[in-house]
Amino acid sequence: MTALAALFVRDLKLSVRLGGGALMGVLFFLIVVTLMPFAIGPDLALLARIGPAILWLGALLASLLALDRLIASDYEDGSLDLILMAPAPLELALAAKAIAHWLTTGLPLVIAAPLLGFLLNLDPAATGAVALTLLAGTPALTFIGLIGAALTVALRRGGLLIAVLVLPLTVPVLIFGVAASNAAIVGPLPFGTPFTILCALALMSAVVGPFAAAAALRHGLE
Amino acid sequence: MSSNRRPTRLVASELACVRGGRAVFSALSFAVGTGEALLVSGPNGAGKSSLLRAVAGLVRLTGGKLALEDGDAELTLGEQAHYLGHQDALKPSLTVAENLEFWTRYLDGGGAIAPALDVVGLGGIAHLPAAYLSAGQRRRLSIARLIAVARPLWLLDEPTSALDSAAQTMLATLMRDHLAGGGMILAATHGPIGLDGAKELRLGSAR
Repeated sequence: MTALAALFVRDLKLSVRLGGGALMGVLFFLIVVTLMPFAIGPDLALLARIGPAILWLGALLASLLALDRLIASDYEDGSLDLILMAPAPLELALAAKAIAHWLTTGLPLVIAAPLLGFLLNLDPAATGAVALTLLAGTPALTFIGLIGAALTVALRRGGLLIAVLVLPLTVPVLIFGVAASNAAIVGPLPFGTPFTILCALALMSAVVGPFAAAAALRHGLE
Repeated sequence: MSSNRRPTRLVASELACVRGGRAVFSALSFAVGTGEALLVSGPNGAGKSSLLRAVAGLVRLTGGKLALEDGDAELTLGEQAHYLGHQDALKPSLTVAENLEFWTRYLDGGGAIAPALDVVGLGGIAHLPAAYLSAGQRRRLSIARLIAVARPLWLLDEPTSALDSAAQTMLATLMRDHLAGGGMILAATHGPIGLDGAKELRLGSAR
């Protein structure tokens, strides 16, 4: 446990210190969401209707931004070699890294979402629903992204490839995240049904992600 | 995490490794006992680094057997070895002390780091971010990891690169202490690294 806690704390420190880029995702999220009303025009009713989808798309794209550094930075400076040689299981080490990554890149998106809801003319209930679905959904995005990060770790400029690999896998999360938000706003489905599926997706990816990523890293040894 | 069992011998028999469709080495056999050092030499591209990484478990062998006799059966070979590669595994935004403390806790569960920093001569700049270190100082910080966490087998890839003559002497002393304590060293090198009486394993020419 000491080892995993040490890795978790180190990753938190690295991302909040200079050059860690913890806030880049939130800034990107802000810009994407702010641009939407300019593109769509000042139709408040339309904005309110597609607001949850815009927030979800923005969060999805923003969560991709920092993924390429998640494992690649450790690969490039040789830290990954030592992590592979340590007694701590690689799967748990990757899970610890993913949780630290979510805390510094995913959680800020959840916190920023209610503020951005104002820009999209969402009422408080709708904003709350979107924030809640993001809270359940962004961990799933991080854990799915972990697999992509592990697969592309040895590639130079793997960042774009991560997006291509990961985005299709995040479609279910996007569908149920937006569906749950819309259910809370206009119905007719109850909020609970899609939201429970979203939670299930998050839990499943939290289990599968680290194992798949560890397998990808071990297999990629050359 | 550290076990009380001391492995007595590293035995490699008929090792073969293929990387990128090219046989790096084949039918390679050697043994290193406690208190012994084996210097791996050979021209560039002869497979010295590949051999060390293979022993560490970081490169897959295509044939042969590697065993650490009397080692801890619950640990892999890599978990009983230190690997000092070309990269220093340091994070520029963490301080010298934080870097070493992290690896000590991650590899072994924790311990005092101040003595190790003093030995490698970085005790005075423990609070400095690693970004400000010179190449030689980064190397010394990596070497501090070897003494902060006790592991029986040291795999050193060109350990003296970037080190000044004082630091090379320091490293030679550390290696002799490690051997005197029953440790083993497998080092890839182009020149003498200050270990008298070490055996030499010469790898073939690059093809």
